[in-house]
Amino acid sequence: MNKMNSKLKLNKTTKNNLITYLLVIAAYLIVQILLAGGHMSSLMEGLLVPLCIYVMLAVSLNLTVGILGELSLGHAGFMCVGAFSGAFFSKCMQGAMPDGIRFLLALIIGAVAAGIFGVLIGIPVLRLKGDYLAIVTLAFGEIIKNLVNVLYIGRDRNGFHFSMKDSISLHLEEEGEVIINGAQGITGTPHDASFTVGIILILISLAIILNLIHSRDGRAIMSIRDNRIAAESVGIHITKYKLMAFSISAAIAGVAGVLYAHNLSTLTALPKNFGYNMSIMILVYVVLGGIGNIRGSIISAVVLTLLPELLRGLSDYRMLIYAIVLIAMMLLNWSPKAILWKERIKEKYFSGLKSKKEVK
Amino acid sequence: MALLEVKNLTISFGGLRAVDDFNLSIKKGQLYGLIGPNGAGKTTVFNLLTGVYKPDEGIVRLEDKDITGLKTIEINKAGIARTFQNIRLFKDLTVLDNVKVGLHNHHPYSTLEGIFRLPRYYRVEREMNERAAELLKVFDLEGEADYLAANLPYGKQRKLEIARALATEPKLLLLDEPAAGMNPNETGELMDTIRFVREEFNMTILLIEHDMKLVSGICEELTVLNFGRILTHGKTNDVLNDPQVITAYLGE
Repeated sequence: MNKMNSKLKLNKTTKNNLITYLLVIAAYLIVQILLAGGHMSSLMEGLLVPLCIYVMLAVSLNLTVGILGELSLGHAGFMCVGAFSGAFFSKCMQGAMPDGIRFLLALIIGAVAAGIFGVLIGIPVLRLKGDYLAIVTLAFGEIIKNLVNVLYIGRDRNGFHFSMKDSISLHLEEEGEVIINGAQGITGTPHDASFTVGIILILISLAIILNLIHSRDGRAIMSIRDNRIAAESVGIHITKYKLMAFSISAAIAGVAGVLYAHNLSTLTALPKNFGYNMSIMILVYVVLGGIGNIRGSIISAVVLTLLPELLRGLSDYRMLIYAIVLIAMMLLNWSPKAILWKERIKEKYFSGLKSKKEVK
Repeated sequence: MALLEVKNLTISFGGLRAVDDFNLSIKKGQLYGLIGPNGAGKTTVFNLLTGVYKPDEGIVRLEDKDITGLKTIEINKAGIARTFQNIRLFKDLTVLDNVKVGLHNHHPYSTLEGIFRLPRYYRVEREMNERAAELLKVFDLEGEADYLAANLPYGKQRKLEIARALATEPKLLLLDEPAAGMNPNETGELMDTIRFVREEFNMTILLIEHDMKLVSGICEELTVLNFGRILTHGKTNDVLNDPQVITAYLGE
């Protein structure tokens, strides 16, 4: 009886995860069919890669916010680290190796760089809790963005030159080139990103996060979220698991950043793309999709990215309607009355299907 | 030889000596009670034993190993597990997963083995599921394995906390008011469970309790705390009939 129970549960989570993967694959196939049929506007086509980026960011932030239970407002900062380290590598190595391998290495470098930043920032920040942690991560995110804005790196035959002042003080030789040019960022990053690559990266991120959650380490992370003192009392190493969740989350944001960098010809660190607006936007995806609900994050990231474009016809009212939809969705998803109402509807129409299901 | 040996344990918070010159010696397999009025410092003693607070003075030895001032997780690894006065479960995890968190350190596999789902992951997870199911069965919780811990009734939450503590394979189990908030029926059941745990797991148990029926029913020896100091200690019956204890705690 017991064994059956635990087996059943394992199957349920596996099934749940499978649905998530299938959802992503189905979305991919639908888009491919639309593309092949020529039913997609070029505007929508341009949105496909950003969509993948937002999904990855939302899913990875959910690991910090939903699974670890710490509110982080600096997620765009990690994306920024990934974007610049990945683009820097691609710029340097362009032509030196096959494009596919170079891009793969850039993705790995972006992930590792962002992961290292995650650890470095996590060590001081994760000592804080709640609102304090949120504000400090916000500050770190801004620091990263501003540092990148004054970063100058150039290369000539003597090797790399580095400055925090301007491109002149790099003292490059005649034929040397500036790779990161302060506020102008990196120009001419090869355009490697595509929707297919994006989907593959989403699937890999999902596999990492879902497998982590449903493993020994995931349980340890969630036990810290639910009760730190009790977790410690049964021998869970708090700092280790907090850092693990935080840095994995940062690393996946870094990969999203690399994808972002390789989708644009010019990469600059603006408040718009790597500032706290962006961090908060990702947080909105997570909260709307359900804190701790990975599939929800995917869906809400897609819906909220597409919505402004779909509403384009309404011109000036676009953002107003976006805001109203946001509020309506929040209420519908999370107000106790709406939840009750949904339960009733479910009971009424799906009572046969539901009979087996326990209280959550 | 004593399993747990505590000597001159002292801690002050500001000017208050919350625990003053506390001594304790528990033999293996004993069921020992720590009683005293509210605010006497009983839970502070538990917090000192489990590394939540560091003592100002004194020594704590577990099986002759000095564990004074170690961190909570190190003390747990050394062999002390506890439950809490105000229940601290992992409320958004299932009952089964609560116990599996307790099994964490005894059934290891690496993060990568978990993420890449290597064979060891499946093997160790199966071991964990089996071991957790056994523990749940002891506490009559096997039917609720898939419930969220928060959805359990109060009495069962208490039991789950004990199951989780036992999952860490301790040598000494500390129970902080296990019968708090229970009705007489549940308390009776709990007494049976505690006795059973001692027999089945050959466990040494130190418990804090206000319920005199439980204390006199299962504890072999008692220490009475009052204002942070030991009032008396000895065999349960002798202690409960001590006039000093009656005035300070039980009421005349």
